[in-house]
Amino acid sequence: MDKKGIWRVFFVLLALTALEFLIALGFVHHWGIIEKGMFLNVVYIVLTLAKAYYIVAYFMHLKFEKSSFIVCCSVGLLFIVYFIILLLIEGDFLLDAFQSHPVFPNN
Amino acid sequence: MSTTTVSQLDKVKDGPWNGGRSPWNLEYGKIMMWFFLVSDTFTFSAFLIMYGAQKFAQPTWIDADKVFQSIPGIAESGQPLVFVGIMTFILIMSSVTMVLAVDAGHRNKKNEVVKWMLWTILGGLCFLGCQAIEWTHLHHQGFWFGRNPATGLEGEAVAEALAPYFTKDIAYTAALQFANMFFTITGFHGFHVSIGVLLNIIVLCKTLNNTFQKSGSYLMVEKVGLYWHFVDLVWVFVFTFFYLI
Repeated sequence: MDKKGIWRVFFVLLALTALEFLIALGFVHHWGIIEKGMFLNVVYIVLTLAKAYYIVAYFMHLKFEKSSFIVCCSVGLLFIVYFIILLLIEGDFLLDAFQSHPVFPNN
Repeated sequence: MSTTTVSQLDKVKDGPWNGGRSPWNLEYGKIMMWFFLVSDTFTFSAFLIMYGAQKFAQPTWIDADKVFQSIPGIAESGQPLVFVGIMTFILIMSSVTMVLAVDAGHRNKKNEVVKWMLWTILGGLCFLGCQAIEWTHLHHQGFWFGRNPATGLEGEAVAEALAPYFTKDIAYTAALQFANMFFTITGFHGFHVSIGVLLNIIVLCKTLNNTFQKSGSYLMVEKVGLYWHFVDLVWVFVFTFFYLI
């Protein structure tokens, strides 16, 4: 990747970050157009994953390695998706389980 | 007929995995750095997923916009996200100077490598300084490992002490878990940044010492660069989950 390419990726990262700030500071905090919630979380996570892609693919040069190496380094990350689903379901269950059942002293 | 069959069987296999060459065309140390980073991804994922699980398990949660409001030296409150925005910009910027150092290394330009490594180290130190200020600020408000501003209070005083940090319902445990997770995760990230700065300084010294010039390869700059970008990558996620969501 030449110098021009490096700066192009930098401006993409900067633009994505600026967009996040525009949403968080402008639309949510200042003007109150959008409320915090599931929709906004999805938007933030998509923007974050886009930034992560640019950092890993271009700055860390992974896009230009052999495809078997790319697969080798990324296929394990599927377990993280599984882990996220598991623990969020567990957390959601605990919310209910912790709140509705009091602890009684055992004399 | 039979001769063609035999010659096909005897044909020398020359695929990437048939031996005699490096299938990934990568140097050993670089592959090991990648594997380490993959394993570190799991560590940070575990931390952040635990944060999410805690958030799901609590009936209410702290509002980051209300916790992180100050810009040190400029505004004491009322400015959410601005300071962390500066920190994010510093880290992205230092990631760029790191790629520029790697790029200069490919062209065997010692002076350029030195210049960009110095900028990268400066960026890393600025980030650590900002984080120290942020931690100090939160600590003064009463947040720490196992402690929140309402620790030691009882009854209505708890709600009163925590009210400035909540938009939804107020809960002691939510504030406590937020403090624990925040200091653990940003602390672990800050530890990674510190190690990164240290590695950058070592590589800078080796560059100044002409070690890479003599060996004819700036591969070590690349390996440390991978680590440095990873630190930036983690911050992208920490920023989203702690400050935005």
